[in-house]
Amino acid sequence: MNLSARSKPQTTGPEVLVIGGGNAGLCAALTAAAAGASVQLLESAPRPYRGGNSRHTRNLRCMHARPVGAMNDCYGEDEYFDDLLKVTAGQTDRQLARMCIRESAGVCRWMESHGARFQPPLSGALSLGRTNAFFLGGGKALLNAYYRRAEALGVEVIYDATVTHLEVDGARIASVTAEINGERMALKPRAVVAASGGFQADLDWLARAWGGAARNFLIRGTPYNRGVVLKDLLQQGIKSVGDPAQCHAVAIDGRAPKFDGGIVTRLDCVPFAVVVNKDGARFYDEGEDVWPKRYAIWGRLVAAQPAQVAYAVIDSKALDLFMPSVFPPVQADTVQCLAEKMKLPVQNVAQTIKAFNAACRPGEFKPDALDGLATAGLNPRKSNWARAIDTPPFYGYELRPGVTFTYLGLKVDESAQVQAAQGPVENLWAAGEIMAGSLLGQGYLAGFGMTIGTVFGRLAGQGAAAHVK
Amino acid sequence: MLSDAIAEARRQAEICNACRYCEGYCAVFPAMFAKRAFADADLVQLANLCHNCRGCFYACQYTAPHVFALNLPAALAEAQHESWKEFAWPKPFAQLFDRAGVAIAALLVCAFALLLWAAAALRPAGGAGFYAVLSHGFMVAVFTPAFVLPLLAIGVSLRRYWRFVSGDGGDAVRLSDLRQAIQDAASMRNLRGGHGDGCNFEDADKFSHARRVLHQFTVAGFMLCFGATCAGTVMHYALDLPAPYGLFSAPKLLGVPGGILLCIGSAGLAWLKTRADPALGVRAAKIWRGEMAFIVLLFSAAATGLALYAATVTTAIDTVTTTVGAGAIDTVTAAAATVTAAGTVTTVGAGATSTGTVATSTAAAAAVTYLLPIHLATVLTLFLLTPYSKMAHGFYRITALIKDKARTRCA
Repeated sequence: MNLSARSKPQTTGPEVLVIGGGNAGLCAALTAAAAGASVQLLESAPRPYRGGNSRHTRNLRCMHARPVGAMNDCYGEDEYFDDLLKVTAGQTDRQLARMCIRESAGVCRWMESHGARFQPPLSGALSLGRTNAFFLGGGKALLNAYYRRAEALGVEVIYDATVTHLEVDGARIASVTAEINGERMALKPRAVVAASGGFQADLDWLARAWGGAARNFLIRGTPYNRGVVLKDLLQQGIKSVGDPAQCHAVAIDGRAPKFDGGIVTRLDCVPFAVVVNKDGARFYDEGEDVWPKRYAIWGRLVAAQPAQVAYAVIDSKALDLFMPSVFPPVQADTVQCLAEKMKLPVQNVAQTIKAFNAACRPGEFKPDALDGLATAGLNPRKSNWARAIDTPPFYGYELRPGVTFTYLGLKVDESAQVQAAQGPVENLWAAGEIMAGSLLGQGYLAGFGMTIGTVFGRLAGQGAAAHVK
Repeated sequence: MLSDAIAEARRQAEICNACRYCEGYCAVFPAMFAKRAFADADLVQLANLCHNCRGCFYACQYTAPHVFALNLPAALAEAQHESWKEFAWPKPFAQLFDRAGVAIAALLVCAFALLLWAAAALRPAGGAGFYAVLSHGFMVAVFTPAFVLPLLAIGVSLRRYWRFVSGDGGDAVRLSDLRQAIQDAASMRNLRGGHGDGCNFEDADKFSHARRVLHQFTVAGFMLCFGATCAGTVMHYALDLPAPYGLFSAPKLLGVPGGILLCIGSAGLAWLKTRADPALGVRAAKIWRGEMAFIVLLFSAAATGLALYAATVTTAIDTVTTTVGAGAIDTVTAAAATVTAAGTVTTVGAGATSTGTVATSTAAAAAVTYLLPIHLATVLTLFLLTPYSKMAHGFYRITALIKDKARTRCA
């Protein structure tokens, strides 16, 4: 398993080399190995951090014509596709997207056959119960099952193994260079699957795409997705998709660690809050829609504010209406005190809250539905759940943009084969975040990342295995 | 110490409560996620609900080296251990939880010495089977308090536990809560892992039913052995049928399979414990050793019980054979001499069968003299340490499950 003992650079390779040990890479490795190919999987993280961003996931979105497992009712291709069009504002490869959606119908059974187990939707995510299948124990439990299955199928998994270069020679990958436990290796696999994620952990690259503001972003997932393979291939003329400035980003707790904070750093308080920037001014309708449909836009909203930070203010009426935060909120008995504790301009915040309270109208407050309880004469308005912030103690949370993954990627066809300017690369496939930009031009649909990884991972594994037969 | 363990459990529970991915694994998580803030009482209840199945640890995205360094099974195991010490009664005995290995060894030696002394000094004039070694009256005098007093102590502890976790109010308990809690405990539902594939224990993140099955062997074995004792008591007092009992009697039909199950179960659990990662339980190595000593004690109680039965069966044959007459002993000596001289028994001739039996049965009779005090010493130790050793976990677990059933019914 461990190649560090070998003194000479290795010049042969497995039949199929999978780069990346997250969901997409494992799906490719499992599929190729089940088809009889010899497979080596290189994971750049050490073993405790294996699995890329999939470690932090919890579900995937599946089309289904009738109730399947814990997913109730039905979720058809057209509805799924419409949901995707809404969040991406049409920025999606329609053919690939429809194919991916159709393929998602069969993935749960395949996943279960490789050790995945599902559970009813988690508390706090009940609104996804119809459309998404939740992994029992979350993404890491899914990965553990896949790694065990991969080992049983004879996949050679190597950790601390970073691929630094793929030699593109005409229409094929001639060789692959990797650093394995600090040692440089030259590999000559017959087929390669690139499933090494986006570039969000490379803050310099993020800053080039976004400007210096990106240095204030938090990275919600793995620090190992630095886009090394993506950059290497794009530099050699592989076709790209997606805008480097587009990514899945949400507003998270500003006190989260720089990397790998994962799910616990999310804050669901926005619909019940007044959100101000560092100048104490409101900037967007906090009550536009239910949170699961809006959480993905708030990352970009906060990123556009001065110093890429915002502050959500609630009062004691709202504290129990959303999932508990991992860090306790700042607490004070007056709005002024709260502003002071959060180092915000006290007068501005007090004025903003006063104006907001004055704009609230009587009506029935319904936390679980669009209640139409909107402000009057306020700009920007709050369309729902607008209740005066008037019952101490008051609570505040700092919000910062948390990047999940970037959308700049490799262009693939319907078989997950990677495309160069002159046509397909005959022995290279891609799956997961590294090609997700084809389907996600902007915005995000909960659970779609894992669907893309699973569907394209399996296609990549099939293609690679067929190529080496 | 309780406060340190509780503080760490609280830190971890607050992170878990913002994640909730483990909701489907066991009863701990729904109980945890019903709270927004965690009082000491909540954490003690969660700690005693935890079966240390470890599913949540291997599924956790926040285990070390992550900065959150979650290890919920260990945090809850620590809190559980400290809570048992907190509720122990009488208070001075609480320290035994930290020294279970030493306590077991010391008590075994003392009990064995006492019983051996009793067997020599108070040897009864008559009596059959065990009662030829230790009188029925003596055994009752020793074991009645050794059985009743620990039950009293654990009862006081459970009452303290219940009051602590219920706080000011708490949900009233119904019979259905009791029934469901016992069902869950008997089926070990919380070691099934939500998906029914079992728990993670002996081989990292691999799911298996080994621990669940072996624990059920152990519990079933223990219950059968306990049933055998009860049956014996009834037969002695109510039916005027004193021991020894034949193989096809209630005490033996319960006790022999019980002893075998208990041996297999406890040996298996000990083996699993050597395979499992000790970092996911109570951290102190002496606690691990104490838990292991407890499992070995269970095994010893079963194994010596079976050995004792084997010896008494042989001795029973002895009583028949010895009626042949005093001359038999001479035959034995002669036979032994023949064996030694010729290096083979074939020269003994026709008398070999009966004389061989006599030799075995005499040795068995001698063995009973030692085996009985050894066996009774293991049982005495097990009983006496019940409120202050791993044995307490069963009582606390059922209580925690009852509490949880009442909570879910009222939620």
